[in-house]
Amino acid sequence: MNDQAPLLALKDVNTYYGQIHILQGISMEIKAGELVCLLGGNASGKSTTLKTILGIVTPRSGTVEFQGMDVTSKSTTFRIGHGMAIVPENRRLFAPMTVLENLEMGAYLREDDFSEDLNDVYELFPLLAERKHQLAGTLSGGEQQMVAMGRALMSKPKLLLMDEPSMGLAPVLVEQSFEIIQRVHRAGVSILMVEQNANMALSIADHGYVLATGRIVLAGEAAALAADEGLKKAYLGR
Amino acid sequence: MTAPDETGIGVDEWVEQSEGRREGHTGFTAPARRLFDKLTPGSRLTLFLLAAATYPFLVRGSDVRIGITILLLAMVALGLNVVVGWAGLLDLGYVAFYGFGAYFYAIVASDQLPAHWPTWIAIPIIVAASALLGALLSLPSRRLVGDYLAIMTLFFAQIFVELVRNFERLPFVPDDLNLTGGPNGIPGVKPFEFFGFEFNGQELLGGTLPTFSRQYYLVLVFLGLLIVGLHNLNDSRTGRAWRALREDTLAAEHMTMPVNRLKLLAFAVGAGIAGLSGALFATVQNGVFPNNFNLFVLIIMYAAVILGGSGSIPGVVLGAVAIAYVPELLRDPTKAGLLFYVGIAVVLFVLVRRWDKIAATVGGVFVLGLVVRFFSSRIWDESILGEVNDTSLSRLLDDWVLNFESQRDVITSYAFVLAIVGVLLVVLATGWWKIAALIPTLYLAILVWENKLVFQPSITRQLLFGAVLVVMMAVRPQGLLGTRRVEIM
Repeated sequence: MNDQAPLLALKDVNTYYGQIHILQGISMEIKAGELVCLLGGNASGKSTTLKTILGIVTPRSGTVEFQGMDVTSKSTTFRIGHGMAIVPENRRLFAPMTVLENLEMGAYLREDDFSEDLNDVYELFPLLAERKHQLAGTLSGGEQQMVAMGRALMSKPKLLLMDEPSMGLAPVLVEQSFEIIQRVHRAGVSILMVEQNANMALSIADHGYVLATGRIVLAGEAAALAADEGLKKAYLGR
Repeated sequence: MTAPDETGIGVDEWVEQSEGRREGHTGFTAPARRLFDKLTPGSRLTLFLLAAATYPFLVRGSDVRIGITILLLAMVALGLNVVVGWAGLLDLGYVAFYGFGAYFYAIVASDQLPAHWPTWIAIPIIVAASALLGALLSLPSRRLVGDYLAIMTLFFAQIFVELVRNFERLPFVPDDLNLTGGPNGIPGVKPFEFFGFEFNGQELLGGTLPTFSRQYYLVLVFLGLLIVGLHNLNDSRTGRAWRALREDTLAAEHMTMPVNRLKLLAFAVGAGIAGLSGALFATVQNGVFPNNFNLFVLIIMYAAVILGGSGSIPGVVLGAVAIAYVPELLRDPTKAGLLFYVGIAVVLFVLVRRWDKIAATVGGVFVLGLVVRFFSSRIWDESILGEVNDTSLSRLLDDWVLNFESQRDVITSYAFVLAIVGVLLVVLATGWWKIAALIPTLYLAILVWENKLVFQPSITRQLLFGAVLVVMMAVRPQGLLGTRRVEIM
């Protein structure tokens, strides 16, 4: 793997749902160690971008490169096996299973001993160590976010994909949720986060991309984006 | 609201105490359940097996057969629990695998075929063949979930019964080869044989143990082995993956679990267990008949799983015991009567919940009975001279409730309808009006019971059995030993 190559690169990706042209020439890249956020309003193509990266939908043209390797036609399992992990929308924990079992499920593909990674997750979120035998469904929203992150980290991902981490959480929990993301990022994981909550996302991200109707309309340093007038336009469609 | 600090993330009092709430059992069953929680799975199994092993010593004669029925239901329900309880696949075709195993064994171990297979060869082949059939049948339905899977698999269950009913003779085979026996089934299946020892209906230990004991212990050994196997399976990576799949298939897929392969595996394991249970059933019954595998049998299996607590091994075993034993209990009119009056008492306590009102109700019913009897006997003396059921309880009530000598069926039918109207009034009314409605309703219920239902055991059994199930599920919707569902908020 070339050190200079970005961790993930989308090159001129065009994705269709039947006749409908969803992603219209998306190009973006994430370097190792970065926290990148992908912003956009409803129906701007955020989720489709994520699905394209994961291989749930295949682009009609363009390439997806992961760690310098062309994965455009590879399966989701292949990509996850090679270092992607997803924290799905609404977290989707296994509610009647314990915290520990949820974490173990994250390591499902691994045949080796993962007790060290389990300890790493507990170190990152000491609360989970205390609650490891508690059922995931009885946790509070913030704690569930920790389990979801921990579960994704159990596969030792190089790139963590997050779909709307603030979705369905109370404002206080949204703040907590972003703190958790920051904590994971500081531990050295590259993150791509899809968000609607632009101010919050940009406050912790290194880079940002703004999508509108399937095109990238703005890209740049998070701090610069936060100050940009165009961001408001992209959101409000004016 | 204060901003959350680093240590305070997600800390919530309710959540913190939730462990304690789960452990702290309440109610009059709490000591027993705390004790149950303390036991390790191994000692629970040992206790269960010991208790089950003493059963043939305690009962007389053919009552051992009831025990065999219970154990077989427990086995087959444990298999269903793999598919439904763990993997969460609503499989209504399950009874077909039970039938497949039974018919397979019956065909290779009877005079249907010239070749008589030794048991130790037949059983592994049957288990493997049933598992393979389960995997095959899951192929066309692997993309279906929930109701759609249920409809599709229900179709398999129906096909199986129709096949064995109609495929007496196969095309292109000699005429004298009668494979399934058609509607007459296959009688004369050979007993299970192991190193020359026959598990037939004879006595054991020189007559110390009654008939059918051999078969009872045979099934018990298989059940014990099955429980050990399933316990380890549940604790394995595959077992956890099944539960994850049941909770959220999409999330499981995101964790890179091979969802389709796991579903197929669940079907195969469940079908294999069903095939084994079916083969044992065929040896125990010495025959197989199409009606042994109809939808009613499937419902009984589901009832055992759901009543016991879907997903829990001890729960399913307990559910099977309850489902198979309660109808036997109700065969005896004395016990059935006891259950009826205990049931009434329970309903009274749940519905009224105040001592003064309960006393008023009981007193009211008693007085109402005396008044009705006094006037009725003056007007029409045939209303107190009818036949009385020969149990101590009924004889006790003979001087209080009406017993019609003639027109019994007509009068009790009207009384039954009135009792149902009474139940509706009780549900609608509040306060003392509820008591006012409850008194005649209870009186009518007792009247109908003593005049009609005690004399019609089969209907009564089903009615009472249904009532018992409804009450049990209302009290514990998660099943006897099931865990309450936890929803993510």
